[in-house]
Amino acid sequence: MRIGVTIFPGSNCDRDALYAVERIGAEPVELWHADADLKGVDAVIVPGGFSYGDYLRPGAIARFARVMAPLEDFARSGGPTLGVCNGFQVLTEAHLLPGALLRNTHMRFVCRRVRVRVETTSTPWTSSCEPGEELELPVAHNEGNYFADATTLTVLEDEDRVVLRYLDNPNGSANDIAGICSEGRNVVGIMPHPERVSDSTLGSEEGLRILRSVLVGARV
Amino acid sequence: MNLEETYSSLGLSDHEYDRIIELLGRAPNYLELSLFSVMWSEHCGYKNSRPLLRRFPNAGPRVLQGPGENAGVVEVGEGWALAFKVESHNHPSAVEPYEGAATGVGGIIRDILAMGARPVALLDSLRFGPLDEERNRYLFKEVVRGIGGYGNAVGVPTVGGEVEFARAYSGNPLVNAMCIGLTRTEDLVRSRATGEENLVVLLGSKTGRDGIHGATFASDELTQESEARRSNVQVGDPFCEKMLIECCLKLLEEGLLVSLQDLGAAGITSSASEMAAKGGVGIEIEADRVPLRESGMEPYEVMISESQERMLAIVEPAKVDGVLEAAERYELVGAVIGRVADHGELRVKTRGETVGSVPAGYLADAPVYERDVVRPPYLDEVKTLDLTSIPEPEDYNEILLRLLAHPNLCSRREIFEQYDHQVGTDTVVLPGADAAVMRIKGTNLGFAATTDGRGRHCYLDPKGGGAATVAEAYRNLSCVGAEPIAITNCLNFGSPEKRENYYQLAACIEGMAEACEVFGTPVVSGNVSLYNETEAGTVYPTPVVGMVGVLEDVSRHATPGFKREGDRVVLIVDFPVSLAGSEYLEVVHGGVAGAPKSPDLAREKEHADVVRRLITDGLVDTAHDVSGGGLAVALAEMAVAGGIGVEIDETEIEPKFGSGRKDIGLFGETGAHFLIAVPEERWMTLQRSLGVAGVPYDDIGRTGGDRFKIGDLIDLELEDVEEALERDLFP
Repeated sequence: MRIGVTIFPGSNCDRDALYAVERIGAEPVELWHADADLKGVDAVIVPGGFSYGDYLRPGAIARFARVMAPLEDFARSGGPTLGVCNGFQVLTEAHLLPGALLRNTHMRFVCRRVRVRVETTSTPWTSSCEPGEELELPVAHNEGNYFADATTLTVLEDEDRVVLRYLDNPNGSANDIAGICSEGRNVVGIMPHPERVSDSTLGSEEGLRILRSVLVGARV
Repeated sequence: MNLEETYSSLGLSDHEYDRIIELLGRAPNYLELSLFSVMWSEHCGYKNSRPLLRRFPNAGPRVLQGPGENAGVVEVGEGWALAFKVESHNHPSAVEPYEGAATGVGGIIRDILAMGARPVALLDSLRFGPLDEERNRYLFKEVVRGIGGYGNAVGVPTVGGEVEFARAYSGNPLVNAMCIGLTRTEDLVRSRATGEENLVVLLGSKTGRDGIHGATFASDELTQESEARRSNVQVGDPFCEKMLIECCLKLLEEGLLVSLQDLGAAGITSSASEMAAKGGVGIEIEADRVPLRESGMEPYEVMISESQERMLAIVEPAKVDGVLEAAERYELVGAVIGRVADHGELRVKTRGETVGSVPAGYLADAPVYERDVVRPPYLDEVKTLDLTSIPEPEDYNEILLRLLAHPNLCSRREIFEQYDHQVGTDTVVLPGADAAVMRIKGTNLGFAATTDGRGRHCYLDPKGGGAATVAEAYRNLSCVGAEPIAITNCLNFGSPEKRENYYQLAACIEGMAEACEVFGTPVVSGNVSLYNETEAGTVYPTPVVGMVGVLEDVSRHATPGFKREGDRVVLIVDFPVSLAGSEYLEVVHGGVAGAPKSPDLAREKEHADVVRRLITDGLVDTAHDVSGGGLAVALAEMAVAGGIGVEIDETEIEPKFGSGRKDIGLFGETGAHFLIAVPEERWMTLQRSLGVAGVPYDDIGRTGGDRFKIGDLIDLELEDVEEALERDLFP
């Protein structure tokens, strides 16, 4: 399987994501922001970082990058797409996912491991997890406070589209939401970084539970 | 402004001005004077510290690059090398804390990048006045925010550091940033300009008026007027820096650069003149070809601007198109701004006409001031400590909780959680341990790093404190299982023109140098920050040591937290333990006095080496050194970090170093004290190993339960201990 990782100016988890893709035995493919196509990849990860310096708003400029047009086509036609942290922010700005990510309520950057619960396994990025499984994953963000209007939140809950939920909410997210998926379920955005816990040398491989899922169900 | 006012406003003395005339054989023009002013500042020229710095040992089997380049470089093994350096940004942070700290981080990252290494880790040593003053709270909060704001965005993890608070730093905080970069040994680059007709290419940001005369500003005392010099402080753009890192590494990988240098203090002037002086060539800069962000800038402003996120490269003419194309791909400004020439001068031109020309060697060769080293009388006054005036505590529980909640001893979680410490996915031991441990992908190798400073100790005893600072770093690396290999340092002192400060500088250097010799950890890079004083006084003499070490097998490391219930807790013992200059004395009794124990360097090394061997042999996974706050505080840190209680047999501790006083045993400080914990099944083996090593030790207690107990003196719920330790530093 070939998994693409988008690289915007200011992305800084791109190399970590490419490394993690190698760790799960897939072929990593760099997708430069100015590329006009996705090089035929089977899945895409939009990694974390500070694309375009987070200037204006996290993700607000990245969504206009050239690579986003083929990415949007890919995502809308069912291609497995995972946004991590800044990648989640980019996907909401591109309206591939509903809602927005606001400043953390305590107004500080937060970098720590948090416990989350896998709320649904019917996405290409959680299909290898057990329903209700608890994972310890790192977060590192300034704007991870998920916000959506009440109707959207109800829809997300009713349609089983909350993917990860914090057990100890680090940022004030509505409904303790740590990750959601699209209506088609193939596009997933999460704030925690599975690629940072994908190596026993670093003390945990819990992130592989998420990343390996895509090998099982490439298309939904 | 008359002539004298002009050069003295630029920070040059009469003597220095005369020297310039003598060197040039004529009077300099304003531009040339500006070049001398910045290059002959203490910050760039080390004119007061150079003779003293020669005392440091610089050589060692692993040293690939010692002082004199942008950073020191040491060999790790398997073809890997580490480039590292620590640098101060004290003055900018005193007047504009967020940007001062942020650009301090940005600047040290570019020093590492200039060696051809990928920056992979940051650490910070910080000092502030007490948090009961609002200004100090503001400086502290904004400096931490600035470090995070820059480091998080640029994608280099902040993996360690330290902070302390003392009245001596009120108004003059210390902000020292250390960066470590990783490279293949064959990929190292130097900053030497070579090849006549090669081109000088400026990469990165446009040049503006920010930071004009910043190096001169940093080489003067802070006064009320300093606030008005905020325009001397630069503004950082981590986004641009991130692109600069990726661009430069790409250019080096493709072999497009002859040499590379960052632009730090004194901007193009220092970079170009240093590159020229090292290569024994000249460089011509065409000031009108430097891309500017504001109009109407004079050539001298262009030459000494300290606009951030810029690098200077020497490029062969045939490769320049490739370099400029790469700059464009990374959305950076790239411009040919000059060329290498054979005349040995730093020559500045605008619209084809020469507007200033000075031999590059003169700029790089600031005058040197050797001063008399005279022991100041205050040292005799502070060393007396009358213990009878210090009442023994009645309630040890209360005293321990007070110590743990003190800003100098409490958990740093509130700080390091504001820093991304995991980006790059190489951080094996996260902040909060004795040192950070990083792995090198694709190998079993790891490296560890720590920064340490002991200002109060250096104030009470400069030489002993200097040695103790290096010893502390040596202990911290050993406690995680790393073999220390080299250090970088940042010497934060007051004005060297005052005898007391000059003595402190000289004595601290002597102590540090002796320790480095015994430990086999040469000094490979460093930075000097003098003039750290305000109208209210001078900072504690605070040399900060950044030490790096190597782990042959990164999985064999230790952390302080207790791992299991029922472990034996073992103390490796050093004598004597004393309250002199201790944290307990200051926090509980308000005293800064006494003659702290000078480290017994041979014993320090022996004990630390034993602890490291126990870890690398796989026998011990739990280790911690006893430092500020003494044994009781160290035990509390281990219990809280592991979430496991402990019961200590006080009778095992007290008689040995109590001299009748229990507070000395619990809170006194010494040098080579270590705590380790092992499960029962390894206890026999451990005893054998310690016996063979011949170090004194005691089995002092057992882990387990949810209480923190030391004999009859201390009995607390672990939860309460944790609550004290984990207090909020940013209320």
